[in-house]
Amino acid sequence: MSLTTAHSVVAPSSNAKLIAGTIIIAYALISIVPLLWIFATSFKTPPDSIAYPPKIVFQPSIEGYCNLFTTRTRQTPEYINSLGPATGFCDETVRKRNMVIAGPSNFLPRFVNSLIIAFGSTFCAVFLGTLSAYGFSRFKVPLADDLLFFILSTRFMPPIAVAIPIYLMYRELGLSDTALGMILLYTAVNVSLAVWLLKGFIDEIPREYEEAAMIDGYTRLQAFWRTVLPQATTGIAATAIFCLIFAWNEYAFAALLTSGTAQTAPPFIPTIIGEGGQDWPAVAAGTTIFLVPILVFTILLRKQLLRGITFGAVRK
Amino acid sequence: MAEIRVQNLRKAFGAFVAVQDSNFVVEDGEFFVMLGPSGCGKTTTLRMIAGLELPTGGKILLGGEDVTMRRARERDIAFVFQLFALYPHMNVRKNIGFPLLAQGMPSAEIRSRVEETAKLLRIDHLLDKSVSGLAGGDRQRVALGRAIVRRPKCFLMDEPLGTLDTEFRDLMVHELRELHNRIHATTVYVTHDQMEAMSMADKIAVMNHGVIEQFGSPREIYDRPATMFVADFIGSPPMNFLKFGGGLAKGAKEIVVQGAKVAVPEVREDVAPADMALGIRPEHIRFDDGSKLRGAIYGTEYLGTTQIVAVETADGIIKARVPAGIHLSPGEQVGLALNGARLSLFEKGSGRAVRTAMHDQAAEARHG
Repeated sequence: MSLTTAHSVVAPSSNAKLIAGTIIIAYALISIVPLLWIFATSFKTPPDSIAYPPKIVFQPSIEGYCNLFTTRTRQTPEYINSLGPATGFCDETVRKRNMVIAGPSNFLPRFVNSLIIAFGSTFCAVFLGTLSAYGFSRFKVPLADDLLFFILSTRFMPPIAVAIPIYLMYRELGLSDTALGMILLYTAVNVSLAVWLLKGFIDEIPREYEEAAMIDGYTRLQAFWRTVLPQATTGIAATAIFCLIFAWNEYAFAALLTSGTAQTAPPFIPTIIGEGGQDWPAVAAGTTIFLVPILVFTILLRKQLLRGITFGAVRK
Repeated sequence: MAEIRVQNLRKAFGAFVAVQDSNFVVEDGEFFVMLGPSGCGKTTTLRMIAGLELPTGGKILLGGEDVTMRRARERDIAFVFQLFALYPHMNVRKNIGFPLLAQGMPSAEIRSRVEETAKLLRIDHLLDKSVSGLAGGDRQRVALGRAIVRRPKCFLMDEPLGTLDTEFRDLMVHELRELHNRIHATTVYVTHDQMEAMSMADKIAVMNHGVIEQFGSPREIYDRPATMFVADFIGSPPMNFLKFGGGLAKGAKEIVVQGAKVAVPEVREDVAPADMALGIRPEHIRFDDGSKLRGAIYGTEYLGTTQIVAVETADGIIKARVPAGIHLSPGEQVGLALNGARLSLFEKGSGRAVRTAMHDQAAEARHG
């Protein structure tokens, strides 16, 4: 765009672009500062992390990550000196604080739990949501409106309001502290969102596509798979991201219903604080790693997410 | 290819009857058009033949086989939708090959069949393009390609030219008919556009309110409309009606309209006294100062070789198609002479056409 371009009624002027750009950058900075702070803290040493005034420039260290993945015991300097040479960077760092590595921490299994439960429940919610949305969109379902209202009504209150009955039910059913129990729970919470979002998307896909495929020799399921699904990818991706964000970040149920084998990362990370002092770099390291999967997932699907958020507005 | 036989076909949506006891036969290789205003039941009939709707009653036979309750995919038919329904996530080649894939045909054979079909439709240069970038006419050709590639028993088309520009539409009407002449596929074509129907069809069924008003060749439908609805729906401008009273006796060759005696084709049935209408196509009117049927010029529409002249008579406006050379000024009194051999008579109450010599001559011409 050169300066000689004629004034256009649709293209924003350069001043407007400048102002809009400034506002967006300012907002982005404000939003990203806490994340950057967490990221920076994860590379500080414990003394640096609680220094006052806070240190912006510091010598980076991966002590936080070492502490996150290990459990350590305090020993006398004599004992430490009696050991052989340090076996790795973490070992060396830990010894400087008069400690030795006792074994791996629970972070990795908790993180894996989070991955299994969040992605598992997202898959279930989107799978069930797509099929129900297709059914509501294409077939004459008796009492369809009432059913859809019922599905929506499950979101009228915060899910945690039913925490106590669910806690009791899960104890009876043996679902407490199991990955299956958490997947079922998050699926139940997310499926209503999935049905409603996806019904909107599928309603927009003309039924002629399936009719054409069915006349051309496909069964309804094949027609759904080959014609409806490819065109619903935008909606499915957007729905999956919403479901995943909920399941990944959920804290209250996870704290209540999981304690050991099925514990997810959100209730685990705060427990780091209790073990051997306020180890802020380890907490920050856990949080940083915790952010990675959702970041990657969102970046992979960002195109669909953008189109998904504005769905209906620009569809041909 | 196969004939399509529709017997007492009926479809009701709750209390609303969309199709009422339709009967017709589309012969093998025939181009059959269902014509009617929107909501007349033509698309519903087509969807029942396709198996996309189940009829409330009646039978559909494809090539002698009863397929009334069969699934769409078991009928071996092809359907061209108004909005083409080309799959946006596939390119032209995959779209055309999609029906073959369903049959589990080896990919080499699909390839050669698709290319052959594309050549037939002159879209072979577009095969690897995405369908979303195609012009309307090319999309139409791809949709046709997807229909003919499988060589089904018959083609069903639901207003396939409805969304095209006029320019493309004329071209596609020509191409469709040419394609039909080459492959002789039994075709059922639904449209509300009489121009498309008249220029392509071997047989036309004119539908209104779920009822087939007339079934016949374009010529029969234009020259000898079976009902006032058909007479009014077909033709541009449509048939003129002049009312007259009294009954008709078998053998009558003359009626009295607005005090003027008008010669008509010999009446071949007795009609009890009732309100009647005389139907006159605009091109069967001449100006003749000697005629007792008179009116005043209301306005003219100049069309180049002809002009449409609106004449105000005692019974409303009559439109005549006359040579463009005649000069007329509004308000001028004219006499109207009617071509006695080509007039239609209707019972106004039922809209039914009265049987005249015109019908018998046509029947004789067909059999003799």
